[in-house]
Amino acid sequence: MPDATFLDTTELVLNMGPQHPSTHGVLRVILKLDGEKVIGTECVIGYLHRGVEKIGENRTYQQFAPYVDRMDYVAAVSNGLGYCLAVEKLLNIEAPPRAQVTRVILTELNRIASHLLWLGTHALDIGAITPVFYCFREREEVLKIFENYCGARLTTHAFRIGGLQYELYDGFEEQVKAFCDMFLPKVDEYEELLTNNRIWVARLKGVGILSGDECKEFGVTGPVLRAAGVKWDLRKAQPYSGYEQYDFEIPTGQNGDTYDRYVVRMQEMRQAVRIIRQAVEKIPSGPIGKTPKVIKPATGEVYVSIEAPKGELGYFVVSDNSTQPYRVRVRPPSFVNLQALDRMVRGGLVADVVAIIGTLDIVLGEVDR
Amino acid sequence: MGKFFRTIFLVDLFQGLWVTFRNQNPKYIYTEQYPAQRPQVAERYRGAPRLNINPDNGETLCIACNLCALACPETLIVVGSERNEQTRRKELTTFTYDLSRCMFCGLCEDACPVDALELTQDFELATYTRDGQIWDRQMLEEGPKPTQYKC
Repeated sequence: MPDATFLDTTELVLNMGPQHPSTHGVLRVILKLDGEKVIGTECVIGYLHRGVEKIGENRTYQQFAPYVDRMDYVAAVSNGLGYCLAVEKLLNIEAPPRAQVTRVILTELNRIASHLLWLGTHALDIGAITPVFYCFREREEVLKIFENYCGARLTTHAFRIGGLQYELYDGFEEQVKAFCDMFLPKVDEYEELLTNNRIWVARLKGVGILSGDECKEFGVTGPVLRAAGVKWDLRKAQPYSGYEQYDFEIPTGQNGDTYDRYVVRMQEMRQAVRIIRQAVEKIPSGPIGKTPKVIKPATGEVYVSIEAPKGELGYFVVSDNSTQPYRVRVRPPSFVNLQALDRMVRGGLVADVVAIIGTLDIVLGEVDR
Repeated sequence: MGKFFRTIFLVDLFQGLWVTFRNQNPKYIYTEQYPAQRPQVAERYRGAPRLNINPDNGETLCIACNLCALACPETLIVVGSERNEQTRRKELTTFTYDLSRCMFCGLCEDACPVDALELTQDFELATYTRDGQIWDRQMLEEGPKPTQYKC
């Protein structure tokens, strides 16, 4: 009798990524497998590290604004809003009402664009090829609004410290309203494709469960937290940029599994349309704000966080009474959410790893910064 | 019973197939036939930079104030100027714009007090060499000349 036969199984270490298309960028996951079961994972990040925070220390406050767009590049407008709010708080100024309402509209449009990209790629990972084309078709309409408004589609640099640079273009309201009318039936269409689809349900239900308490332990925020039944949304909890004026709901799930996160994000898109519709109706007239020529805040530090499409996006800015920030620390939602990957994957199957990475909605530009 | 019926007759799958069938309608075609059919970019599009000249006399609008170079986060603009002894004014001699590092944030055109530097709607910026990305004053005034394809 030989010591080892082919019937004996051993643990297998498998490298997933960094070029794997389902890791949504350059994430490398080292998987420890027992057959098809995952015993443990380790994430290797840093392939997209550009040192954004360090760059911030060598730029003036205005000059750093385009760089923050390049962290979470599918939700660049949200990044810009967070940074502008942080510096505005440091300077003790506030954007005029017209600028605030415009910011809300563009941020919510960006939330829709981000969720659409998530839905398309997530479905693609699971094996549903169709939704990605429909999602990108609708996302194109959002990007056209961005292009018309500020001249760039992805890394928009739409907001400036103290308000806006660009006045709304003619036909902005009509275009946004037309988008809202067009978009809601499309969400129903995606739901028709996926929600009841037996393969979709079988692949997602009960996969990657993360309870509300575990979410809080890891500091996970955003749709992942809300899918676990925790009603926490910074737009309601600490309203910024006039979010308290709008009537919307926080969609939550119960089980905290991948399917619930899908449902929550679909609901969030509908709620975003609801906010946009209310905001477009009441764009006040008036100034759009002016960027101070020289920004030289008094010594101090400030932390401002907003509800980005992926979770809590925080900026911690320290000023030393010069034109350049002493330190800019970013609390990126993707980076924090990625920590929960190991807990969600452990005990699952290899095929579920792809689903769970997809459902976390990470953007590696933001994880590595 | 209803669930049994839906499972046997694959109702969920046919529901999805009906969506894909509806979307075959040619009015949902969004594909652009790019080189032949050129996209209409927005009026405010931030593309290739241009150094505007006065159309009447062909002189540059730039007053060589250097504000764009100071505003640029990547410090990729180099403005060369010399003082005209007769008019006591600074006059532009050279203007270099390194497009390979540009991220089209638009801060330079915001900073320009005379609307001389502008980001235009030209978006075809590919070159064969790295040096081709460094635009001098002449290139900035003339703009790129992309090949126009006809089908």
